[in-house]
Amino acid sequence: MSGPELSTVDINGFPTRIWRKGSGAPLGFLAGFGGLPRWVPFLDRLAEHRTVIVPSLPGFPGGDRGHSVLDSHLDWVLAVRQTLLAAGLEGADLAGSSVGASFAAEMAAIWPGSVRRLALSAPFGLFDESDPPTDAWAQRADRVAGLMCADPEKWTALKAMPEGANSVEWPIEQTRATEAAARIFWPLGNTRLERRLSLITAPTLILWGEQDRIMPSRYAGRIAARLADPKEIRMIPGAGHLAELDQPDEVASAILSWTG
Amino acid sequence: MKLMWFHLMPYTELPEDFREAHPSVWVDIHSSLFDPKRAHRMYNDFMDELEYAADCGYDAICVNEHHSNGYGLMPSPNLIASALARRTSQVPICVMGNSLALYNPPTRVAEEFAMLDVISGGRLIAGFPVGTPMDTCFAYGQNPSMLRERYLEAHDLVIKAWTERDTFAFNGRFNQQRYVNIWPRPVQQPHPPIWIPGGGSVETWQWCAEMDYVYCYLSYYGYKAGKATMDGFWAEMDRLGKDRNPYRAGFAQVVAVAESRQQAIDLYTEPAEYFFNRCLHVDPRFASPAGYSTEATQRAGLESMVKKAANAQTLITGDKTNRGMTMADFVDRGYVVIGSPDEVVEQLNALADDLNVGHLMLLMQFGSMGKELTQYNTKLFAEKVMPRMRPRFAEWEDRWWPKPMAEDERATIPAFRQAAE
Repeated sequence: MSGPELSTVDINGFPTRIWRKGSGAPLGFLAGFGGLPRWVPFLDRLAEHRTVIVPSLPGFPGGDRGHSVLDSHLDWVLAVRQTLLAAGLEGADLAGSSVGASFAAEMAAIWPGSVRRLALSAPFGLFDESDPPTDAWAQRADRVAGLMCADPEKWTALKAMPEGANSVEWPIEQTRATEAAARIFWPLGNTRLERRLSLITAPTLILWGEQDRIMPSRYAGRIAARLADPKEIRMIPGAGHLAELDQPDEVASAILSWTG
Repeated sequence: MKLMWFHLMPYTELPEDFREAHPSVWVDIHSSLFDPKRAHRMYNDFMDELEYAADCGYDAICVNEHHSNGYGLMPSPNLIASALARRTSQVPICVMGNSLALYNPPTRVAEEFAMLDVISGGRLIAGFPVGTPMDTCFAYGQNPSMLRERYLEAHDLVIKAWTERDTFAFNGRFNQQRYVNIWPRPVQQPHPPIWIPGGGSVETWQWCAEMDYVYCYLSYYGYKAGKATMDGFWAEMDRLGKDRNPYRAGFAQVVAVAESRQQAIDLYTEPAEYFFNRCLHVDPRFASPAGYSTEATQRAGLESMVKKAANAQTLITGDKTNRGMTMADFVDRGYVVIGSPDEVVEQLNALADDLNVGHLMLLMQFGSMGKELTQYNTKLFAEKVMPRMRPRFAEWEDRWWPKPMAEDERATIPAFRQAAE
């Protein structure tokens, strides 16, 4: 199987990676906690039917140190907006997971015309005191894989250093991804996204791994309650927080059928 | 050599099974373990001990800041320092220090340190730590990705607040204040000496060199484990063309002295085991949030420059997570400098030779040690050890020491009275 086409755009002075693969109407994907240090099978499933476009978020793998100049929520949403425009995703369908889902929801809420149909998998951005998310940053390194995926091997494989990679820069890039998520979501993950959900006009699919150990799956209903119709919740069996890693086929087919 | 007496103010009654039954002494330590009426006695004992150290002639008394911490009961060291300023008259007071990014606005630190400097007649040493992840990122919710930038900006703001004569506007990245004009102003001009407690970060060393501040390595693991870090510090000073003036540096060391080594072991084993096994029982999940260490520091650790330091740290973390250790381990590894006065002098000379530090911060109350034993340790050291260590580094000038007001300019503090007459 061939890899994606790679291009680089400049966002706030930082070279930012855009992956593109497949043909057909464009479908954007914003990655979750930890980002995408490598191409994953889930993206191939999407690329079988659509032109899948995967821009890196600031500070996440492929996003250089772009997070380091973002001090406020406004800075972040504008940087992501610029990235989507540079990736040619204006008006396209948009999917996101975890951290990326939070930004996908922001784009659809703040610039409602910019997203055709929306798919959100376990987005960050909400906090319920009676059912709080797990603190993803206060974890021993050996616990993270089991929190991110139902099958810890999926996370381990995502993060494993490829042969020939720089043994100093690779781990720094992975730590940077965790830092970038902290930079916007520390300490609670609460960006008050909930207040903006009602601004979303795009039909929205909400996906959640049944075994999500980071974001409580009850948040799916909370989000849906604030969205206009049409909307749908789909729980993914055998999947953790990063459902697209655990169950690439099922998550891809849910997104493909929703965005049609 | 300056011999400074440092109190951490540990809660002294953590339960026997603390290590097994509780995940961490820090951040999420359970409130049921804290008895305010017992803590009333502890605080008052601890302040007695600090005042006693001043009476014994130590060069300075030191306090520090921790939050949600069972071994450090000083969320505000400034409160303690303020009381000490009134109950002592000569001794420099080292506040080691205020974690700048935690104060909003940071001019609060400029104000409170100026108050302390004025009340004490110019005896303040102003410590500016970044703060540990446990204190800053977890207990105080600061963003690890912005902590250092906020710290550096807060530092600039505090220095400007101390030195600028006219009211000014501060237009920072994180702090904006239209009218900065602190009252009172510090006695020491242009400002009290600034000391920076830090870990083994190359950037901190470079910054201390650039600003001409004292770098303090406040490890609890003693001079043997501390050598790699201090070697790194001095190598960096050499590289930057700075002299090896030992007063550029400070170092903390647990010290326990008695008439003989055996007596010392008998007296101090319980408090030492309490300190290392209960007080330092920190859940590793709070130790290194992403972003707290800069990428340059990570890179240095991954490459090799401070690899030795990093390895020493790993060794220690490994110990902490695996099992409790015994007094024999602490002594072997140099965590505790212990023995008769002669033996303590010998070990401290080795420390001075190996680390080249002019400011030695002595942890002489540690763990569950009570007031009586603390005062015994403090007094015996002052009488038998201090006079022999003082002459070390006499050839160097300590440019980083407080410059108090002249004696005849200072207020007379009335003697403490037990009851109104």
